[in-house]
Amino acid sequence: MTTFLLRRVGGMVLTALCLTFVVFFLTNLDPNLEKLAKSEGSVRMSDADVESWLDKNGFSQPLLVRYGQWLGVVPYKHPAPDSDATVTCRAAEPGEEPPTFCGVLEGYWGYSTVFKDRVGGIIGGKIAATGVLMFWVMVVMVPMALLIGVLAGMREGSRTDRSLSTFSIATTATPEYVSGVLFIVIFASSVGGLRWFKGTATSAIDSGVTFENFTLPVLTMALYGMGYIARMTRASMAEVMTAQYIRTARLKGVRFRDVVLKHALRNALIAPFTVIMLQFPWLLTGVVIVETLFNYKGFGWLLVQAAGNNDIDLLLGCSVVAVFVVLVTQLISDIGYVYLNPRIRVR
Amino acid sequence: MSESYDGPILEIENLHISFFTQGGEIPAVMDFSCTVMPGEAMGLVGESGCGKSTVALGVMQDLGKNGRIVGGAIKFKGRDLASYSEEELRQIRGSEIAMIYQEPMASLNPAMKIGRQLMEVPMIHRGMGKQEAYERALEMVTAVKLPDPARILNSYPHQLSGGQQQRIVIAMALMAKPSLLILDEPTTALDVTVEAAIVDLVKELGETYGASMLFISHNLGLVLEVCDRLCVMYSGEAVETGSIRQVFDKMRHPYTQGLFRSIPLPGADKRARPLVSIPGNFPLPNERPPGCNFGPRCAYFETGRCDAKDVPMAEVPGDDRHGTRCFRWNEIDWAAPPAAQESVAAAEPGDVVLKVDDLQKYYEVSRSAFRGGTTRVVKANETLSFEAREAETLAIVGESGCGKSTLAKVLMGLETATGGEVKLANFDISEVEIEKRDTETVAAIQMVFQNPFDTLNPSHTIGAQIMRVLEKFKVGKTQAEREERMLQLLDLVKLPRAFAKRMPRQLSGGQKQRIGIARAFAGDAKVVVADEPVSALDVSVQAAVTQLLMEIQRERRTTMLFISHDLSIVRYLSDRVMVMYLGHVVEIGSTEQVFAPPYHPYTEALLSAVPIADTKVKKRHIVLEGDIPSAMNPPPGCPFQTRCPRKASVPGGLCEREVPPMVTLAEGHRIKCHLPAEVLEAMEPVIQIEATAAE
Amino acid sequence: MEPLGWGAIIGRMFVQFIPVWIALALVFLVSIRFKKRLGLYGKLMNSPVGMIGLALVLFWVFTALFADWVATFAPLDQVAQLKNKAPGLPHPEIEGAYYLLGGDNLGRDVFSRMVYGSQSVLSIAPLATLFAFMVGVTLGLPAGYLGGRMDAGLSFLANLVLAFPVILLFYLLVTPEMRETGIPQVMAGVLFLFPIIFFWVFFYSRYETRPELMWPLLAGTVVFGGWAYSGLAFNADPTGVFAMDANLLNVFVSVVFVNSPGVFRIVRGLAMDIKTRDYVAAAQTRGEGPFYIMLWEILPNARGPLIVDFCLRIGYTTILLGTLGFFGLGVSPESPDWGSTINEGRKLLSIYPHPALPPALALMSLVLGLNFLADGLREQSLKD
Repeated sequence: MTTFLLRRVGGMVLTALCLTFVVFFLTNLDPNLEKLAKSEGSVRMSDADVESWLDKNGFSQPLLVRYGQWLGVVPYKHPAPDSDATVTCRAAEPGEEPPTFCGVLEGYWGYSTVFKDRVGGIIGGKIAATGVLMFWVMVVMVPMALLIGVLAGMREGSRTDRSLSTFSIATTATPEYVSGVLFIVIFASSVGGLRWFKGTATSAIDSGVTFENFTLPVLTMALYGMGYIARMTRASMAEVMTAQYIRTARLKGVRFRDVVLKHALRNALIAPFTVIMLQFPWLLTGVVIVETLFNYKGFGWLLVQAAGNNDIDLLLGCSVVAVFVVLVTQLISDIGYVYLNPRIRVR
Repeated sequence: MSESYDGPILEIENLHISFFTQGGEIPAVMDFSCTVMPGEAMGLVGESGCGKSTVALGVMQDLGKNGRIVGGAIKFKGRDLASYSEEELRQIRGSEIAMIYQEPMASLNPAMKIGRQLMEVPMIHRGMGKQEAYERALEMVTAVKLPDPARILNSYPHQLSGGQQQRIVIAMALMAKPSLLILDEPTTALDVTVEAAIVDLVKELGETYGASMLFISHNLGLVLEVCDRLCVMYSGEAVETGSIRQVFDKMRHPYTQGLFRSIPLPGADKRARPLVSIPGNFPLPNERPPGCNFGPRCAYFETGRCDAKDVPMAEVPGDDRHGTRCFRWNEIDWAAPPAAQESVAAAEPGDVVLKVDDLQKYYEVSRSAFRGGTTRVVKANETLSFEAREAETLAIVGESGCGKSTLAKVLMGLETATGGEVKLANFDISEVEIEKRDTETVAAIQMVFQNPFDTLNPSHTIGAQIMRVLEKFKVGKTQAEREERMLQLLDLVKLPRAFAKRMPRQLSGGQKQRIGIARAFAGDAKVVVADEPVSALDVSVQAAVTQLLMEIQRERRTTMLFISHDLSIVRYLSDRVMVMYLGHVVEIGSTEQVFAPPYHPYTEALLSAVPIADTKVKKRHIVLEGDIPSAMNPPPGCPFQTRCPRKASVPGGLCEREVPPMVTLAEGHRIKCHLPAEVLEAMEPVIQIEATAAE
Repeated sequence: MEPLGWGAIIGRMFVQFIPVWIALALVFLVSIRFKKRLGLYGKLMNSPVGMIGLALVLFWVFTALFADWVATFAPLDQVAQLKNKAPGLPHPEIEGAYYLLGGDNLGRDVFSRMVYGSQSVLSIAPLATLFAFMVGVTLGLPAGYLGGRMDAGLSFLANLVLAFPVILLFYLLVTPEMRETGIPQVMAGVLFLFPIIFFWVFFYSRYETRPELMWPLLAGTVVFGGWAYSGLAFNADPTGVFAMDANLLNVFVSVVFVNSPGVFRIVRGLAMDIKTRDYVAAAQTRGEGPFYIMLWEILPNARGPLIVDFCLRIGYTTILLGTLGFFGLGVSPESPDWGSTINEGRKLLSIYPHPALPPALALMSLVLGLNFLADGLREQSLKD
């Protein structure tokens, strides 16, 4: 088991390095830097001014060196060209003695040009907000999806199956920006007539989560993911129900309820479990859409702000978090698969 | 449910079962009747698709949502099963009627421990507590002769071998002491020697627990060993029923006769008893002919009578419950010998074509995806030496894991040998993989594959597939020439030329296998490796394909390596036999030498394990213990020592220490065994034919 | 003039769609008439779900084709008086013309924009999916069939892309800065090469034994492929038939890039499954090369699951394109595509919901149609 874990973690680290490098590369393209120089300096800078600004701030070093500095494995401190000053860690507190290594690994995530604050702190707060949203989404989505999938797959081809399957197909065909719009029109506008919920979730951050301000965003997000998981569960369940060992159990005289609960369920849940865990890179898209649509200032909203305003450090920070979450869920998915499936249980 | 019931356990009266699909009603079982008395074992025999499994599921009242009983009745202990409520049915399933299935691995829940799966039965039906149920499970696992029952109960199905799994399924069926046991091809997925042990166990337990049995099989030999009575089915109908003796020795239906004539018996000489195949194909359920279903394939068919109306079951007077579904049964001369078929003269073997010397093939495998790192060596082939001559058939016999498929792969160049050499016409090909072989070599050694449903690409027409082979082998110069050649090949395998335009799914299994044969002979192959070419086919088709293969091979003086686990067919068609076990050749010799004593102990056991559908044959009873060891972890010394019943005759534990040398017993007859000469001398034949007055 | 009631609005829309109805009726009449001869597509006519899906998809395909007839106004025509006005209002100047589904915040006709929006979706989504399939198949087959180091490397790359949150990738890839650097051109240069490689190997492996057929096919592949390639990837087609503007190329390339690892994974899995079949072994034993086996023995037998996935993936791509439009990435502000129309409409959603709803429902029905179609195909392909 330990070798397996070590190998997986090793692969994870390698993946993380590759992904962050790609993000670093894409956020530090020359035009981006030029834009940064102009927004930090002045809009009317000449090309030569831009060049010298970049030099002064250490942006003219080779890409790999800068990546190493950002990561925190290459010393950040170095003399600025053409002057006596040194380029130091921009993320350090004003009074603090700048450390030699000043990268993500040491906890220095950089400085946001939009929020004029340290990236680490900003992301932390927003993640907490998004965590609350995700929690409720999971609470609604996973049990519903599994229930629908199991009920539909239990008796393949039945009327229940047909209607539940159609419902799950319909939800997968409705992206968040469609269902969100529909929900707001129906449940939160004067036109729909039903003013049951609020069309925005902004108040949830300040005055706490309520049924009124959170129902629509949670439902919007849960609905899209639910259909997919439900279809997976249904397919898996339907396959298991035609397996010979289910017939064995039935012809042993096991009650139908027990056939489903004791014999089929565990085998049927192996596939959906992996799917749920691998949904995370995908759920992030939903987070961004829903937070934009419902004006909920969480991680997704932050990502939009960072990307829209060329806030390089913040965007990098967001990417690290996103990549980390994705990789951890993949690891959990692998371990869970081994746990659920005794056939590949590591002895 | 009265415990003191003593009438018939199961009575099936004029049962009709149909499946309802988009295309309408498809009858699967028609007018089927049979009776099973207490303690009696009833065999249901027939080819695939004849409806025998449907009868079993009908008894279980588990026909799925498309299947329905449309007529007749199934009475269990005198009460019609149709009158049972869903809840009552559930109560008798598993407790009164239990079932044993074909694929043991698939019929056990992979995510549940064996113990829980066994304990469930008495806990549901007898209301037992956990502890009591556990004890019962322990008792049953001991009864099916599994070692270390407590450990077995605590393991998952995948941790057991196929034979062990089937024992567990049997234990599970007997947990609640049922009065009727349904066995649906319980040994088809197992190796012959394991099968023999399971059959033994079933017979023994059936007697101990007094359960009646409904034994479904396509293998007449097995039915003979297990059952008291049998019922032969064809295309949804019972065509003949009676006691084993009556049906085997005094058959009164043309299909039963055809069936017996188309299976080779190791007890009989091939010249004295040539194989006679049943012409034609099994009718599809929706294309059954009017009148007698067997009519179009029957030698005694009479137009205007046999195809006029449905044939009822006729009682054969004087016999005990012996019935046949034939209008003409008392007009046919049943003692007449089969019409003489054009016999293929045995070809005189020529020069050595293929010479294999000390061939070794090792694989390196990583032990598990999760442990990584450590690799192990699997010795799939160990010091194989043999030669094959022109126009000769060399049979390679062995069970799973014996290395016969690896040998085929090395010969074909799909794998390269680890050591030793393979000489094809004096040219070493052991280390030349297929892509590096020249066209001539590739065309010279070709293969016929086992699974007819897999051997042709479902996406291309038959003609296109054969044409591609011809293109590849550079046969013919123009497209038109190749097309002509392709049509000739269809003629060669006795298929109509119109088949060139068909897709593989429009062909039956036997026809597909013929295309496979045509493909192998397309480039004038010198050596053809036939890997169990008929084992997946129905009995009545097997004979015809075997015959065809032999004919073409003799005619073209091709060398054939016939890989098989079926000793009967091997005896029938091969000139020489090579027996393999765990990567070693344990015995090699001419067919006569191998099938007569002295034997290698493994050959001896193998011969004893083969079920023979002949009441006149007497076999010595040798049952091997345990399962075939994994090639990943072979035993030290002689590969067969873990199961060898004669190990005691070798002094000093030699078998456990050293791999025996090849001993030459007679000209061309060699075995790999430590047994001293006097033990070998004293061996008696395994199979003996009772001299009867009839012969 | 009086504004129209809902009955009249629906009636008039029905009339506008008449070319689409005629085309739909024709297709279904012909398909049902000849369903026995049409293989898998014909079998689709036995599945109600599949037929509904096909009808929805074809509805939008024909709408896109006949957009000039179906739409009542040009997508960019503005009428100041009709800004944010409710459905059914008459055009102030043209007699007898109405804004059937109202006007948006710039006074453009919502109905016509929805109709024209179908064009932009249907011209990109299927084509981008097709390219993604070319890439996925060309790399997935050797990875699955040959295995080894190449498989390990390619799988690692595929997992890398799959682990990337899609939205983040889009925010990084589809930007004006990105277009300045010319990276999209490079990506297009690589990705668009795959179809040419694919068809080259496809014909070469099959007709190697028959040179008289092989050379013309290969020449055709190179000439036609090279022509399209120069136009699409580098905008260097002298005839101007194949051309893509920088914005579109950026979006197109990103969508292909995001989709191909998914296709790769599926193809690789199918190849690994099918390569164990006896007919593959039979091909090997007659000395076929690996590429013939991959493309002519394995690929045809993987077509069922691939067709199903193709339909699903077009739907997924449609959703992706909508997402891009929703965030205003890589599309011009006036573009009538559904994603950006929804985005514009959502800002005033609780007061004027009518501009956002039609494109939202249109997008949903198209994706729903594709999903139903895929479901019907899957069901029918399993019945054989």
